[in-house]
Amino acid sequence: MIRVSGLSLRLGDFALQDVSLHVRPGEFFALMGPTGSGKTVVLESIAGLIQWQRGEIHIAGRDVTALPPERRRVSLVYQDHALFPHLTVLENVIFGQRYHGISPADGLREANELLDRLGLSRLCGRTPENLSGGEKQRVALARALACRPNVVLLDEPLSSLDPQFRDDLRSALKTLHMQMNLTVLMVTHDFVDALSLASRAAVIRGGRMEQVGQIDEIFRQPRSTFVAAFVGMKNVFRVTSPGLCELGNGVGFAVPDAAHGAMALRPEDVFVTRNPDLPGNWICLPAKIRSVRHEGFSWFTEAVCGHAVITAALDRQCLMAGGLEPGSPVWLGFTPERLHLVPDGSDETG
Amino acid sequence: MRAFPATEGRAGVLPGLIFHLWVVTSCVLVLLFIAAPLARTIASPTLEQMLATLRDADVLRSVGLSIWASALASVLALILGTPLAYVLARRTFRGKKIVESLIDLPIMIPHPVVGIALLTLAGRNNWFGRILTDMGVNIMGSITGITAVLFFVGLPFYINTVKNGFENVPVRLENVSRSLGAGPSATFFRITLPLCSRSMLVGMIMCMARALSEFGAVVIVAYHPMVAPVLMYERFTAYGLSYSQPVAVILILVSLLFFFLLRVLSKSEKEEA
Repeated sequence: MIRVSGLSLRLGDFALQDVSLHVRPGEFFALMGPTGSGKTVVLESIAGLIQWQRGEIHIAGRDVTALPPERRRVSLVYQDHALFPHLTVLENVIFGQRYHGISPADGLREANELLDRLGLSRLCGRTPENLSGGEKQRVALARALACRPNVVLLDEPLSSLDPQFRDDLRSALKTLHMQMNLTVLMVTHDFVDALSLASRAAVIRGGRMEQVGQIDEIFRQPRSTFVAAFVGMKNVFRVTSPGLCELGNGVGFAVPDAAHGAMALRPEDVFVTRNPDLPGNWICLPAKIRSVRHEGFSWFTEAVCGHAVITAALDRQCLMAGGLEPGSPVWLGFTPERLHLVPDGSDETG
Repeated sequence: MRAFPATEGRAGVLPGLIFHLWVVTSCVLVLLFIAAPLARTIASPTLEQMLATLRDADVLRSVGLSIWASALASVLALILGTPLAYVLARRTFRGKKIVESLIDLPIMIPHPVVGIALLTLAGRNNWFGRILTDMGVNIMGSITGITAVLFFVGLPFYINTVKNGFENVPVRLENVSRSLGAGPSATFFRITLPLCSRSMLVGMIMCMARALSEFGAVVIVAYHPMVAPVLMYERFTAYGLSYSQPVAVILILVSLLFFFLLRVLSKSEKEEA
């Protein structure tokens, strides 16, 4: 549905370099990356709001490269809602319909259906200033869909919402996507949003695409140490010699002989125990606790293993057992299958 | 140990007292400086003098002309100045600072110079002036000339106010409007303009208020027909202060009335938004 080929542009110090992307019809695609990586620039380029120097954009089989935004049939939803403050909820929703050949009667009926589906019917006559954050974002979504767009572009649609509203809107988005067979390109840096909504995703960094693929593949099999770190694989070990990852002080573990580059491991896949009796096929490394911290409801420890620091998620049982004071000796265990190879040359600055 | 708190107290309290005295005194003085001459002027003419002045056809004609020409200048600023204010608010281009300085120039240059400059351009000795004359447009001694002068001196106030107004409308609203199918023109008229309407109204107030008070430039371009400030000046030079005061009072009241009316309008506009 969206095909971006070789998109390049320069905006001051920032440059998009040869960005290519393919979003299939009916697909929910997540474009992820850290702040300043160029996610929104890609989105606004697809919407036609930014002038680029090179590349082509096709939407629904049509070359829209030279078309102005209003002729691309894409609807854009920003993080800050961008509702028209001088119009009511209903007026906001029907705003664009006249430009898409939708008759007023049909437009009104469809707008009311959308508002009803998003639980906004009772708010039709209100102005945006009298809505909550979640309601505003629902109205923005209804407004985007009311034009029957080929593609919906979402710029971090959930990031400004309270957790409760965020869950509600995430469910609403998922339902709408399935029921209306929408093609959605969503920019996000939130893993939960990406994992729960998208089937495929891309990671962008400094204006360059790092990886494009199935969402599970990106989170499980990152192709660069940057993507590995970005998706939360905090443990990256260099393959020091064929078949071996040495961590220093005589500590290390075996890897396949053919492995070159680095091995990445999610903190959730590392088991922390005071007892080295782990199953025979597990890799078991001696370590000393450096710190224990919590992020929300999850607990993590950083343990020094050789010269490396390994981050591991702590489960309730491990926390209850105690013995995790700084300096305490522990064993870190993981299965070889959880190690993911990040090949050499996949990350220039790695 | 005792000297320290005493010094601290002196250093802390005394300058504070002086500061407060300075603030209060200067506020009172400035307000008096503005209000006292106006109040004294308003209170000077007798009721008979005021009634006689209000029945004076020349006075009514000149006040009417002042209002009409100022209103026309502010409408011209609305029609012709709005696009420029929008371009300045939204676009970055080479020479933008020069354009902005050019717009501010009418505020800086002496007002009689404005009159001289317009006459130089539109006078009969200039090709442009001859074209205007051939088209039947006469600047010298005409309402057209007065309006042109008032438009010239009031334009910076309108453009700067409206430019700020456009800058306060988030670009993202325009982006969303475009993505929803509205072209640049529809986006401007359906989104940007309504959200900027209060600034435009305030800009018109400022432009009109500035135009209503203009004397120096008008007197060069058109002594006749007489606008109210010129009439007041003529009566002052010909007959003295007491004869010009009733005209001054009318001018003050008209200015205040217009200011009040438009302020109320702009306030209700804000409440609607």
